[in-house]
Amino acid sequence: MLYAILCYHDEDTTGSWSREHDAAVMKKLTVVQEGLSKQGRLGPVARLLPTTSATTLRKNDPPVVLDGPYAETKEQLLGFYVVDCKNLDEALDVARDLGKANPGGAYEIRPVGYFTPGSAPK
Amino acid sequence: MTDTAWIDNALTSARPQAVGALLRYFRNLDTAEEAFQNACLRALKSWPQNGPPRDPAAWLIMVGRNVAIDDIRRGGKQAPLPEDEAISDLDDVEEQLAERLDGSHYRDDILRLLFICCHPDLPATQQIALALRIVSGLNVKQIARAFLVSEAAMEQRITRAKARVADADVPFETPGAVERTARLAAVAAMIYLIFNEGYSASGDIAEIRSPLCEEAIRLARLLLRLFQSEPEIMGLTALLLLQHARAAARFDSDGAVILLDDQDRSRWNSKMIAEGLALIDKAMRHRRSGPYQVQAAIAALHARAETPADTDWTQIDLLYSALEVMQPSPVVTLNRAVAVSKVRGPEAALAMIEPLAARLSNYFHYFGVRGAFLMQLGRNDEARVAFDRAIALANTSAEAAHIRMHIDRLMRDSALRGAKAGK
Repeated sequence: MLYAILCYHDEDTTGSWSREHDAAVMKKLTVVQEGLSKQGRLGPVARLLPTTSATTLRKNDPPVVLDGPYAETKEQLLGFYVVDCKNLDEALDVARDLGKANPGGAYEIRPVGYFTPGSAPK
Repeated sequence: MTDTAWIDNALTSARPQAVGALLRYFRNLDTAEEAFQNACLRALKSWPQNGPPRDPAAWLIMVGRNVAIDDIRRGGKQAPLPEDEAISDLDDVEEQLAERLDGSHYRDDILRLLFICCHPDLPATQQIALALRIVSGLNVKQIARAFLVSEAAMEQRITRAKARVADADVPFETPGAVERTARLAAVAAMIYLIFNEGYSASGDIAEIRSPLCEEAIRLARLLLRLFQSEPEIMGLTALLLLQHARAAARFDSDGAVILLDDQDRSRWNSKMIAEGLALIDKAMRHRRSGPYQVQAAIAALHARAETPADTDWTQIDLLYSALEVMQPSPVVTLNRAVAVSKVRGPEAALAMIEPLAARLSNYFHYFGVRGAFLMQLGRNDEARVAFDRAIALANTSAEAAHIRMHIDRLMRDSALRGAKAGK
């Protein structure tokens, strides 16, 4: 079974880390990741940019684009995609296509700051 | 992180919202600040034992308000802290309060708090000092250090600024759309001032003042979280991030200025650049351009260039010409001339800045840029005159040292030519 581990923290706190502190944290995490990676168990790892850079697509008919992160509590996080796009407009086009295939709910679109593709089995 | 660092962080994060709400209750800045201080004292006692409340800001507002009301009832007499039991069952109350104060209420509270700091009667330095004290919660000592003045002088400056704000009519009613937009613009300008206070420093002072840049970024992010669909606030945040990303590369070990062309670009902070670029991308979708977005777009073109030669100067020239229309100023034209010199050569650039001479006759950068253009044209004697004037107008020793470097090069050049002519 593959497990997704979703990371939560106060972005005011992580945002105020010095470059050195940030690098030290990332280094410690890399050690853990490398251990998993050697065993062929690590899938993609992503670090998202702050919520201020987020955009939300409400999958209404027609879909509505809203600035800011997904803020409702009545729906739950059910999955995620990582897609390579030229810019936000292109990412929104992808989200619209996905929304057509599966209306209802919302997508939050967040730029990824750090990414490793990983190699976990299917 | 030490045991209590999380409390400090939580208090700092909650501060603008809590003081803003308390100001709305009491309509008096001193009462609001004191109420917040009292609430913080109680938090320091209660949180280590009971753990952090679910909504620290709501907790602080609740406790701060109750303590202040008690104080007012007692006729302002100093009251001892009540027993912990008296404030231990806040959870239900806190929940009710959080529901009553929805996001939009908080939003206007924080905006109002920032807005009263940018009262037009206050000179820029007082606006900044007041905002750092009231909104950011820096203590007088920290602010005095950043401004290189004594604590007593800063204390006086802040007290005076506060008195002025207290005399003015602070608008407490919920602002209408037009009023809100006007407040937002004033607050954005003040945040940019705070940033520049940190950014324009050099040498040893740069290190002391760089927290001002970080604080400005924190405030810009706060504003962006409150006003998520304002492209100019996205632009402002992006601009600050993209400029601050270069901090580590802007000065050498002696504190001398390193120009953009000569900076070690591997020392630029790629994380801040990524965030800044993402924010501009987001802002552009709104098709409502503005000065912050344009300046951020210019900074982005520098950030995207892997080497100075990769810089898209044609695009920068275009962006500056757009900025000239939005915000006509000789300084903008001067900046544009630098881009023009790269695209069309120093002669065109020099012609562009000639008409600015009268208005920028006391501006260090005018003579620095003028000298550089003249030097590129081989008009060394005129360049020397411009550089001498620049040194006389330099604001910092780093600026003067930088111009002296140009003069040294001029002298080497002419010595070389003299030697050749002599042969």
